[in-house]
Amino acid sequence: MKRLSLAFLAGALFVAGLTLGGMTQPRKVRAFLDVTGHWDPSLAFVMLGAVGTYALLYRLSRRRAAPWCGGVFSVPAQRGIDARLVLGAVLFGVGWGLVGLCPGPAVAALATGNGRVLVFMAALLLGMWLVGFSSAAREQISD
Amino acid sequence: MSFTPVSSLFGGVLIGLASGLLWFASGHIAGVAGMLSGLLPGGGQATGWRAAFLAGMLVAAIALQALWPAAFALAGLPSLGVMVLGGVLVGVGTRLGNGCTSGHGVCGIGRGSVRSLVATLIFVLVGGATVFGMSQLAGSWE
Repeated sequence: MKRLSLAFLAGALFVAGLTLGGMTQPRKVRAFLDVTGHWDPSLAFVMLGAVGTYALLYRLSRRRAAPWCGGVFSVPAQRGIDARLVLGAVLFGVGWGLVGLCPGPAVAALATGNGRVLVFMAALLLGMWLVGFSSAAREQISD
Repeated sequence: MSFTPVSSLFGGVLIGLASGLLWFASGHIAGVAGMLSGLLPGGGQATGWRAAFLAGMLVAAIALQALWPAAFALAGLPSLGVMVLGGVLVGVGTRLGNGCTSGHGVCGIGRGSVRSLVATLIFVLVGGATVFGMSQLAGSWE
């Protein structure tokens, strides 16, 4: 229960940060990406604050053997830089530039009840599901 | 858009604290794309903490939107067709690349992962090129 309550609290705090930082305004996000136009570098400060704070907390966590609520610190397996990573980042970059919403702010923007945001989220989940579905199908074939 | 370095920096600090809280509490990476895909049918992974984090996001967003609607301004969203295309690209891309702005951009870089740094540089540069390309197209239509 404590574990779920803290995850809930972390999610709420995360959205407070996105909102204060300006990430929930797609036009501001696109203005950050628009280096050759009316560039608004604000979101670089979001990145700086977030990465700096997380890096410090991550270092502190290394003195601990386990998380507060048990279990283990799940560090993602370090794979190399492969074509899948590069292709994924390119496709994500195009989608992010087109709309100005990445997954976190898209979840927050659902609160507006805006129809186009709902459609965006449905398309996003469909895209994720398609990749999972095709990977699972490939694994079955190779089995 | 107006330049907001101070509120953006503090917003970033809150994002870092939130991600650090999830890490200290349960040892999970605060990557929103990963949480969404983990909850899809066939995800086959622990769903409790993912659902709790996303629920916290939604509740906070609903409360903040009521208090401060200007922070949720959706002006400038593209047409429905572009929203669909963009959504599919974000979904496919974050799943293939195993992360988004939060998972790679904040947690990955904060952890010192070179892989995450490379992914982040690519999606920011490609995002920039996309906005540039769209502004050129819009310009030629006018």
